[in-house]
Amino acid sequence: MISQLSWKIGGQQGEGVESTDRIFSTALNRLGYYLYGYRHFSSRIKGGHTNNKIRISTKPIRAISDDLDILVAFDQESIDLNARELRKGGVIVADAKFNPTVPEDVEARLFAVPITKMAEELGTSLMKNMVASGASWALLGLPLEVFNKAVEEEFGRKGPAIVEKNIEAVKAGAEFVLEQAGGPLDDFKLDEADGKQKLFMIGNEAIGLGSIAAGCRLMSAYPITPASEIMEYLIKKLPKFGGTVVQTEDEIAAVTMAIGANYAGVRTMTASAGPGLSLMMEAIGLAGMTEQPLVIVNTQRGGPSTGLPTKQEQSDLNAMVYGTHGEIPKIVIAPSTIEDCFYDMIEAFNLSEEYQVPVIVMTDLQLSLGKQSCEPLDYSKVQISRGKLVKDSPALEGGELFKRYEFTEDGVSPRILPGEKGGIHHVTGVEHDEVGRPSENAMNRKLMMEKRLKKLNNLRIRDAIRVDAPNEKPDLLIIGMGSTGGTIDAARDMLKENGISSNHITVRQIHPFPAEQLKPHLENAGKVIVIENNATAQLAGQIKMNAGYADKIESLLKYDGNPFLPLEVYKACKELS
Amino acid sequence: MATFKEFRNNVKPNWCPGCGDFSIQAAIQRAAANVGLEPEQLAVISGIGCSGRISGYINAYGLHGIHGRALPIAQGVKLANRELTVIASGGDGDGFAIGMGHTVHAIRRNLNITYIVMDNQIYGLTKGQTSPRSAEGFKTKSTPEGSIESTLSPLEIAMSAGATFVAQSFSSDLKGLTSLIEQGIQHEGFSLINVFSPCVTFNKINTYDWFKENIVSLEQFPDYDPSDRVVAMNKIMETNGMLTGLIYQNKSRKSYEDMIPGFKPEALANQELSITQEQFDQLVAEFK
Repeated sequence: MISQLSWKIGGQQGEGVESTDRIFSTALNRLGYYLYGYRHFSSRIKGGHTNNKIRISTKPIRAISDDLDILVAFDQESIDLNARELRKGGVIVADAKFNPTVPEDVEARLFAVPITKMAEELGTSLMKNMVASGASWALLGLPLEVFNKAVEEEFGRKGPAIVEKNIEAVKAGAEFVLEQAGGPLDDFKLDEADGKQKLFMIGNEAIGLGSIAAGCRLMSAYPITPASEIMEYLIKKLPKFGGTVVQTEDEIAAVTMAIGANYAGVRTMTASAGPGLSLMMEAIGLAGMTEQPLVIVNTQRGGPSTGLPTKQEQSDLNAMVYGTHGEIPKIVIAPSTIEDCFYDMIEAFNLSEEYQVPVIVMTDLQLSLGKQSCEPLDYSKVQISRGKLVKDSPALEGGELFKRYEFTEDGVSPRILPGEKGGIHHVTGVEHDEVGRPSENAMNRKLMMEKRLKKLNNLRIRDAIRVDAPNEKPDLLIIGMGSTGGTIDAARDMLKENGISSNHITVRQIHPFPAEQLKPHLENAGKVIVIENNATAQLAGQIKMNAGYADKIESLLKYDGNPFLPLEVYKACKELS
Repeated sequence: MATFKEFRNNVKPNWCPGCGDFSIQAAIQRAAANVGLEPEQLAVISGIGCSGRISGYINAYGLHGIHGRALPIAQGVKLANRELTVIASGGDGDGFAIGMGHTVHAIRRNLNITYIVMDNQIYGLTKGQTSPRSAEGFKTKSTPEGSIESTLSPLEIAMSAGATFVAQSFSSDLKGLTSLIEQGIQHEGFSLINVFSPCVTFNKINTYDWFKENIVSLEQFPDYDPSDRVVAMNKIMETNGMLTGLIYQNKSRKSYEDMIPGFKPEALANQELSITQEQFDQLVAEFK
């Protein structure tokens, strides 16, 4: 019996790789396994190799594995590109149609199943994904009825005849491969899962769900990889709660529409990735200057310019921290788990209203698109806080205006929404006085700058840094952000086995930087390694600049478009310590 | 009920004496009072440029945003609170150069807002450069030998973008302009009102006298039917875009807000932010 294994399906884009993966993993989720998915895809619709990998485990996992146990291949290219990832004795399930061959240097068991032929015999080659997934499911010895239930849900809309055909396809694949293999493979038999109900979703869906829970009712956005799933999710759901999504003409419209809607009192978000965020920069300054709440999700991908639009990177950190001209208060937070994606959206909307500032929620492609198990989400933890939002302010005397930008001790002024009788004031991106009227008065300018900037003096979010510090004086402190946490933890297990003690900190509050919280951990560590998916060590730069300890901070950087693997992190850490 | 005086505030505009924008400001104030608005029910969203300052000169909710983006901001305001009357305003550079992309799409989208363009055929605040509305051959600081680009026709663009309300006016015609703004506010959808607003400082060609000579008022055509799209387009072309009056109105197309599935007639901003545990459970169920 084994506690975890990795399964991958590969083929041409548009060939059913996605749907096979979806049904396969939904069925595994029903059985209570922990899952972590990785999509390898290109910026095109049809054609080109694509593959989806899922790691299946009886324990929580948040990283892809270094190797692979089962490869389902729709074409020889999928074998040629992925077979070397297989562990010794791994399995390939391939379509007999293309006479699959295993590369000479790979030790794997090949099951050539007449996938296309069987599907065609049942009516259409479209069902070849069902034959293939049925075959690989059967090899694992998992209960077929759970799988069939997932098939039923996937095709239920198309009527019982289609469902029946697909179930037949699954059965055909399963029976064929079991006969070839002489029954389920003993060394692929997974321990039973804990049976606890988990959610299985991508980060972008958790972000969408979190936004609804946070009271977000409008989204204005422009499609972009890897952010579009957020708008696609919300356009399906928001109408049920009276809201909507507007697909705008560009990202400038998306962000300014969101500013207008927030100004008028609706929690509104936009989401984009690098190129879109670049377009939003001027408007982020407007939100900062006019103290409007605003929530922007930036799902980082490979940059610069169009860069690697479907690949992993964490290279927008500096742009998010420093972007927009002039100086404004701004919050940048980086969820690091699927659960964070949900809860951080509630935090983001609350912070944006409490501090009346733009809040950027920075994910990365792997966190946004990697489908994974999510612990049950607790709606009772959701608290909505609208800060100093004023209602029913007394009527204004002749000519008087509401002090929307009143100087206060904490810098945050009362906020009132258009429509309120006693709330008329002006809003302008020009420097302004307490009622919002343009002013070039030097003293007012100084006071207003200080008022805005001091708003974040004492900001601390929930888990500004997330600390896993079992060692008082660790050999190594590993620091990361975003989706890399699971990989770092997997590497730490290997380090521990090799006698190297390590602590792990995930930086979640990127700006303002939580230096004081980080300092004692830097102090206590023998050495520090900062792990990030970019080429210029942006997170390490923030740490050195804000917290110091530059002489003991090293970096492990990866910017080839792929997420870190546990072994890579382990090797770098071992070398350093 | 508020009178137009209640839409005045005590801010002295920084426009040059004689600027056409003064009359447009007055027309907005009069139209707002005439349609029965209270100051708090009006939001004026403006762009950047001389004209962009207008939101600060009207006693109402006002947002002076960034260059070229008055329309998306205004649309956001309207989506959040459709009970507000929303007027977007800016100059020809704001709406037809840097913001042209938004103008076309705001027209297509057809939210129930009124967009008043203060069209002076030049860049005033930056002290006299060419605008997309400048005539070919027009000499400015940025076109010392005369503009070699063709003049943009906002009315034709609006018509081809599917506008449901297209009007044009002249700042000197306070009465006609006020009436058009009233009709624009009352129109159930996006209304574009392009207003010739002479720049007395930098535009020595398109002067008050020049407009008086060149404008073609629709009043001259008593049989004109503004519901006929082909007639409207022809008239715009025949008059080389110098037509004033209500040029086109489509009363049958619903506004964007009215077409959003599940969108309530009450302001979204006043609706409940929380959802029930049961609703939350339903949302979560699809991930099991």
